Amino acid sequence: MKASALAFQLVQSLLVLLLAPLFLGWVDQCRAWLQNRRGAGVWQPYRTLVKLFYKEVVLAHDASPLFRVTPYVLFGCMALTATLVPMVATDLPLAGAVDVIALVGILALARVFLALAAMDVGTAFGSLGARREMLVSFLAEPALLMVFFTAASLSASTSLSTIVTVLTHRGFFLYPSLAFSGVAFLMVLLAENGRIPVDNPETHLELTMIHEAMILEYTGRHLALIEWAQGLKLLAYVGLGLALFFPFGMTESGDWWALPGALLAFILKLIFMGAGLALLETLSAKQRLFRVPEFMGGAFLLAVLAILIHYLLGA
Amino acid sequence: MTAIPLAQQFLNLFAALLLLIAFAMLSQRRVLSLIRLFAWQGAILTLSIADSAWLTHQPHLYYSAVLTFVIKVLILPWLLHRLIRRLNVVWDVETLLNIPTTMLVGIVLVVFAFNLALPIAQLSNTILRNTLGIALASVLLSFMMMITRRKAVPQVIGFLALENGLFLAATSTTYGMPMVVELGVALDVLVGFFIFGIFFFQIRETFDSLDIRHMEKLKED
Repeated sequence: MKASALAFQLVQSLLVLLLAPLFLGWVDQCRAWLQNRRGAGVWQPYRTLVKLFYKEVVLAHDASPLFRVTPYVLFGCMALTATLVPMVATDLPLAGAVDVIALVGILALARVFLALAAMDVGTAFGSLGARREMLVSFLAEPALLMVFFTAASLSASTSLSTIVTVLTHRGFFLYPSLAFSGVAFLMVLLAENGRIPVDNPETHLELTMIHEAMILEYTGRHLALIEWAQGLKLLAYVGLGLALFFPFGMTESGDWWALPGALLAFILKLIFMGAGLALLETLSAKQRLFRVPEFMGGAFLLAVLAILIHYLLGA
Repeated sequence: MTAIPLAQQFLNLFAALLLLIAFAMLSQRRVLSLIRLFAWQGAILTLSIADSAWLTHQPHLYYSAVLTFVIKVLILPWLLHRLIRRLNVVWDVETLLNIPTTMLVGIVLVVFAFNLALPIAQLSNTILRNTLGIALASVLLSFMMMITRRKAVPQVIGFLALENGLFLAATSTTYGMPMVVELGVALDVLVGFFIFGIFFFQIRETFDSLDIRHMEKLKED
């Protein structure tokens, strides 16, 4: 039992690590189709990663060790997050290591390192990007926590695995609070992953960029790790969203017979989510930076409403 | 938890949506979108009333659902559309107070309303009593919308939204008012709306604007 649970954890971790660039590629491909372009194909992120891993690293003269350590920290944090989120199976051995609040902490740790590294070299773009990232994320974080609090008070536990188990085993039940926090979570997802209403993931040189401005100084394998971590982050967020709001089709750890079904369900959900994300990004326009606090304020509002409604209506 | 019937789950959902729309109205800058939101609020109120009629087997609630639909989804939005076109304020964009601050104050109002409604709801023994807090919250939010707006048309929409909240409160605590009262209220709203419309034209003729601030000039002499 123990060994099979470990094997499950291993399968899911490997799957997530390898699938992350593919998901990124799928979102980009869908977006290309929606914009009447041919697109570079779903394998493009892998090609980019391989190319970047072969390139040499160019460091600025003033780069401190922090600058060099950050890609590894970032990748570690994101890989950990993506591993801990129950995507295919619940009740994995590592799931007890971290609850939802600690998960937010891990994400914050990665963010702090990235922002510090962006300011480290001292270019104008880096510190501009870091400041903007902090502006967006300090508004996104409370909203994310509120979403987690709603889910936690619905299932009386802050452990992700337990939350998912409780939500899977309920019958059909309308939760207005979950619907609200779902929308809030989607807004946080868009903001935290630098997707379109908040930031444009496609530009590399534009005055409004946030995430790309922070990583302008990175090259070679450092950049590859950061890009990979970005893919992992997106997958982790999407996985979190699926686990909290559409947990159907998930299996429990150790049940090998249910694994193919759960995998299939997971892949299908990812395909739909990726296409939906691309559609959402195509339909909406990028907001002015100073409108972003309003956007995040809306997310926070929805999340707070969700928890209030949960307490009032008990649903 | 699953013992709650499906109709009541839907009722809770509708109530939550009404609260959401109240917030959306609070943060909306454009008059046109405000009217559309108001129509949506009316539609959801209709569904909610029809649902509670079905749930509690009170046939007269169906009449009030129909009444709500006709007045608040069809007639009033249409009148509002006509009004803003004749007043030429279709594309009016209002600079509000800082929207996130307004939202935060709104959240405080909701908490206040929920706490206020809790002891009252315990006195009532209807199965719809949970929505009383939400109804109270949407009334307060509409109040706040009327207070924070400077232009006249959004203030009137706030007034009409307030009436929607009151209606929800009435159906949730008492299974609806007597038919006479409901008809009276509906007519009052219509008549009030006409009076407001006449006022608008008067205000615009006197001040060349629908901005309420200009009325402060009246105090000086």
